[in-house]
Amino acid sequence: MSARHDASMATGAPPVLPARESLWRVFAAQFFSSRLAVFGLILLIICLAMALGAPWISPQNPYDIASLDIMDSKMPPGSANMDGSLTYWLGTDGQARDIFSAILYGMRTSLFVGFVSVSAAFLIGAAVGLVSAYFGGRIDALLMRLVDIQLSFPSILVALVLLAVLGKGVDKVIYALIAVQWAYFARAARGAAIVERNKEYVEAARCMALPWHRILRRHVFPNCMPPLMVIATIDLAHAIALEATLSFLGVGVPVTEPSLGMLISNGFEFLLSGNYWISFFPGIALALVVVAINLVGDHLRDILNPRNEIQG
Amino acid sequence: MPANAGRQPLLDVQDLRTWFHTREGVVKAVDGVSLQLEQGEILGLVGESGSGKSITGFSLMRLVDEPGRMRAGRLMFDGRDLLSLSAESYRQLRGRDMAMIFQDPMMTLNPTLRVDTQMVEALRAHGRYSRKAARERALRVLDMVGIPAPAERLQAYPHQLSGGMRQRIAIAIALLNAPKLIIADEPTTALDVTIQGQILYEMQKLCQELGTALIWITHDLAIVSGLADRLAVMYAGRIVETGATADIVGAAQHPYTHGLIASIPSIRTRGGDLFQIPGSTPSLMDLPAGCPFQARCHRASEQCLADPPLEEVAPGHWVRCWHKGLQP
Amino acid sequence: MLSTIVRRLLQTLLVVLVMSGLVFAGLYLIGDPVLMLASPEATDAQREEIRRALGLDLPLGRQYLIFLGKAAQLDFGNSFLTGESAMRLILERMPATLELATLAMLLSVLIGVPLGIYAGLRPRGAGARSIMAGSVLGFSLPNFWVGLMLIMLFAVMLGWLPAGGRGPVESFGPLKLSAFNWEGLKSLILPASTIAVAKCALIIRVTRAATRECLPQDYIKFARAKGLREKRVLGVHLLKNIMIPIVTIGGLEYGQVFAFAVVTETVFSWPGMGKLLIDSIITLDRPVVVAYLMLTVAFLAMLNLLVDIAYTVLDPRVRLEAA
Repeated sequence: MSARHDASMATGAPPVLPARESLWRVFAAQFFSSRLAVFGLILLIICLAMALGAPWISPQNPYDIASLDIMDSKMPPGSANMDGSLTYWLGTDGQARDIFSAILYGMRTSLFVGFVSVSAAFLIGAAVGLVSAYFGGRIDALLMRLVDIQLSFPSILVALVLLAVLGKGVDKVIYALIAVQWAYFARAARGAAIVERNKEYVEAARCMALPWHRILRRHVFPNCMPPLMVIATIDLAHAIALEATLSFLGVGVPVTEPSLGMLISNGFEFLLSGNYWISFFPGIALALVVVAINLVGDHLRDILNPRNEIQG
Repeated sequence: MPANAGRQPLLDVQDLRTWFHTREGVVKAVDGVSLQLEQGEILGLVGESGSGKSITGFSLMRLVDEPGRMRAGRLMFDGRDLLSLSAESYRQLRGRDMAMIFQDPMMTLNPTLRVDTQMVEALRAHGRYSRKAARERALRVLDMVGIPAPAERLQAYPHQLSGGMRQRIAIAIALLNAPKLIIADEPTTALDVTIQGQILYEMQKLCQELGTALIWITHDLAIVSGLADRLAVMYAGRIVETGATADIVGAAQHPYTHGLIASIPSIRTRGGDLFQIPGSTPSLMDLPAGCPFQARCHRASEQCLADPPLEEVAPGHWVRCWHKGLQP
Repeated sequence: MLSTIVRRLLQTLLVVLVMSGLVFAGLYLIGDPVLMLASPEATDAQREEIRRALGLDLPLGRQYLIFLGKAAQLDFGNSFLTGESAMRLILERMPATLELATLAMLLSVLIGVPLGIYAGLRPRGAGARSIMAGSVLGFSLPNFWVGLMLIMLFAVMLGWLPAGGRGPVESFGPLKLSAFNWEGLKSLILPASTIAVAKCALIIRVTRAATRECLPQDYIKFARAKGLREKRVLGVHLLKNIMIPIVTIGGLEYGQVFAFAVVTETVFSWPGMGKLLIDSIITLDRPVVVAYLMLTVAFLAMLNLLVDIAYTVLDPRVRLEAA
C-alpha cells in the first residue's frame, strides 16, 4: 500500500462536524478560503455596481447625440474637452463619445444580456433536464439526443446561424444565447436528477401521491442546485464572451445599444493607426468581467463538485 | 541462518521516526523504531493496519512522500551511513543493494508498459547492459522464481497475467540486481491462499540460496512465523517486542503480542468465539502519553502513563512494557 | 477490431445523414436567398427566373433528394455568390486553416504538457498556482480579445509581426502552404498563438489532473523503488499513462479548431475556411454553408473514430476488449 494510504489510515476516525452547522456557513467558509475567488467576487461586484449605476456615475451619456462635440473625436486618454468641463479619462472614439462612459453603458448591456439569457437558459434547461430524468424511457432518450446534437455544434456557429435568421437586436441576441446555452443546463440537470430520482425522499413524495411537477419543483430541483449553480456561473462568462464575439463580428447588438464587444469592434479599425484606446479599454473591461466571473465559477466548481479534492 | 553471522549487522536502524506534517496535525506514523538485521537473515515485521510497518519499509528506502519526513539516530546498511547519502547515491542503492516488493501486484506494474521493458529498465538503471544481455538475465531470473514459459511472459502486458504471476515478476525484478536486502511489504496479502503458500516457500528458498536478507512486513503473524528467523511486533509506530521467532511465538511477554497470538484461529479455538483484542488502533495524530497500548491492555496501570523503554528479557529478546511477562 | 470499425463507420454515415436533413431543413428556414441575390428593383418575373435557375422552385422533398444524390458525389452545387463550385471554394481555403490549426495545437501541446506536469508535481507551490491562475485567464478571455491584444502588442507597438493576412505560399503537392518559409511563418504565428492560448489552458488543466491522478499510483512508487532515474519515471512511466487523456482531448480539440476557427480568421483576415463560412452565413450563400457543414460533420465523426482507435493503441488494457 502506498505511504499516503497508511498515513490516512492512521489518522483514525474522520473529524466530526459540530451538529447543526449550517450548510451556508460551511459553504461560505469553503468559498472564502480561496483568495482568488474572493478577488473575483469583489471585482464582479464592482463591475455590477458600475454598470447599474451607469446613468448616475457616467460623466457623459454617450448615446445622447446632442451632448457630443465632434471636434473632440479620437482624443487620447486624459485629455479634456474644449471648455474643460469634462475630462476624457479614457479618451474618445471616432464619434467623440467618452470611452469611460461608453464602457459603463456597454458593460450594462453586456451584463444584462448575459444575466437574462443565462437565467432563461437555466430555467428552460433545468426544466427539460428534470423532466427527462424523472420520466426516463423514451422521453429521456429523445430529449437527450436533442441535447447531444445541439452540443455537438460549437456555440458560435449555432448563434451565428440563428442571428442570420432572426436579425439584429438585443432581444434577438438574447434568444440566440438562450438557444445556445439551454443544452448545458439540460444535461447537467438531468445528470443530477437521475442521481436524486433514486433517493428515498422521492419515493416518499411519490407515495404521498404528490403531482410530478410538484415533486420536481419542490424536492428534486433544490437538491440539483450545486452543479447547476456551477454551470450557471461559468456559463455567464461564456454568454458574455459569446455576445461580445458576435457583436464583434457584426451580428450582435445594434449600434444604438452597444455592448463591450461592439465597442471593441468599432475600435478595431483605429487600432492599426495608433488610436489604441478605443478598442483597448473596452477590451480590458470585458476581460475583467469575464475573468472575475470565471474565478468565482472555477472555485465554486472545486467546492461543489464532490469528486474534486478541496486541497486542490 | 548463515553460520557466520558477521560482526557488523547488514542493517542497523536506531530510533527511526517518520512523521507526516499535515494541515490537521502531525501524524507520527513511525515513532522510534530500532532494528537490526544480519546478512541473509529473515525478519518478520508484524502489526495491524496503521501500525506504521509499511512506512517503516518506505523509510528505509527513502520513498516517503511529502508531507512525511524521515529521520533516525542511526541508519547503517552494508557498512554505509544512509543518513548522509545524497539523493543520487540513494537512487543507485535502490533496486540494486536494497529492493522492495509491494503489496498489490495489480498496480505495482505499469499497465501501459510491457513486462520486458519494466525488467530491462531495472537492470540498465544500475549497470551497463546491452538489451540482449539484460533480456537474458531477466529470463534467467524469471526462471528462478518459477515462472513457466518466461519468454512469452516477457512480451506480455501486466493485465494479461494473473495476480500470482505478477507478484512473481515483482519478486523477479527485486532479485535482478542481486540485492543484499529485500523489503517485502505484505506481498501475499492480495493473493489466493494457495498461491500465498507457494510464494512464501519460494521466497524462503531463494533467500537461503542467494543469501539475501529479507524483511517480511505483514499483519499475519501465523504466515510469517513459519518463514522468519526473527520477529518484530509493531504497535502505533513503535516496536513493542522483538526476538527469535521461537521465543516470540512460544514465550511472548508483551500483552499485545499475546493478543495477536490468541487471535489466530486454530483447532483449539474451533466452535468457540474468536478472541479479539478490545478497542481499536489509536489515531497516530494524538497519541496518549506513555504506552500507546494502555487503552486496550488488561495489564495497564498508572505506571503506563510513562513511556516504557525497550528492555532485554532474554538474549536477543526485547520487550517494551512495564508489565511484561509470560501469558498467564 | 475490424467489425468495430465497420460498425462505427456505419454509425458515422447515419449521423452524417441525419445532419444533412437537419442542415437542409434549417437552412431552408433561414430565408429566401433570392431576395439577397436579386437587386431590389428586380421584378417578380426576374426573381422567378433566378429561382428557377437555382432549382429553388421545386418542392422541398425533391430538393432534398437531389441534394443527397449530388452530395454523395461531393457536388454541393455552386455558390450563389460567385458561381464557383462550393466544394472547390472550401477545398481552396482548407490548407490555410489546416496549417493554422496544426500550428495552434502543436504550440498548445508543446507548451501545455510540460507546464501541466510541473503543476501536477508540485500542486501547492507558487509556480503551480500561477500556472493554474494563468490557465483560468487563458480559457476565459474571449478569443478575439486575445487576438486583438496580440496585434496591439506585436504588430502595432513592436512592429515585429504583421497584423493580418497570410504570407507567401509554396506548393507541396496538392497543398499550398505558407508555414515553411520565414515570411509565411511570421504571419502564421499571431493567429496560431491566439488559438493556442485557450487550447493551451485546456491542455494544462487536463495534464495536471491526469498527472495528479497518476503520481500517487503504486507503479510510480515501484519505478522509484527500482532505482530508476527520475527523468525516466516521469518521462516514461508517467507520460505513457497521462498521454491517454491528453491525446483524446487534444484530438477532439484539434477537430474543433480546424472546423470552427471563424473568429480568429476574421480578426486576422486569414483566408481560411472559417472566414468563408461566416461570410457565407451572412450573405445566405446556402450551397457553401451546406457543403461546409456536411464536410465538417463527416470530418469530426471520422476524427472521433480516429481518437477512439488511438485510445486502443495507447492503452493496452483496452485492446483486449476490442480483439
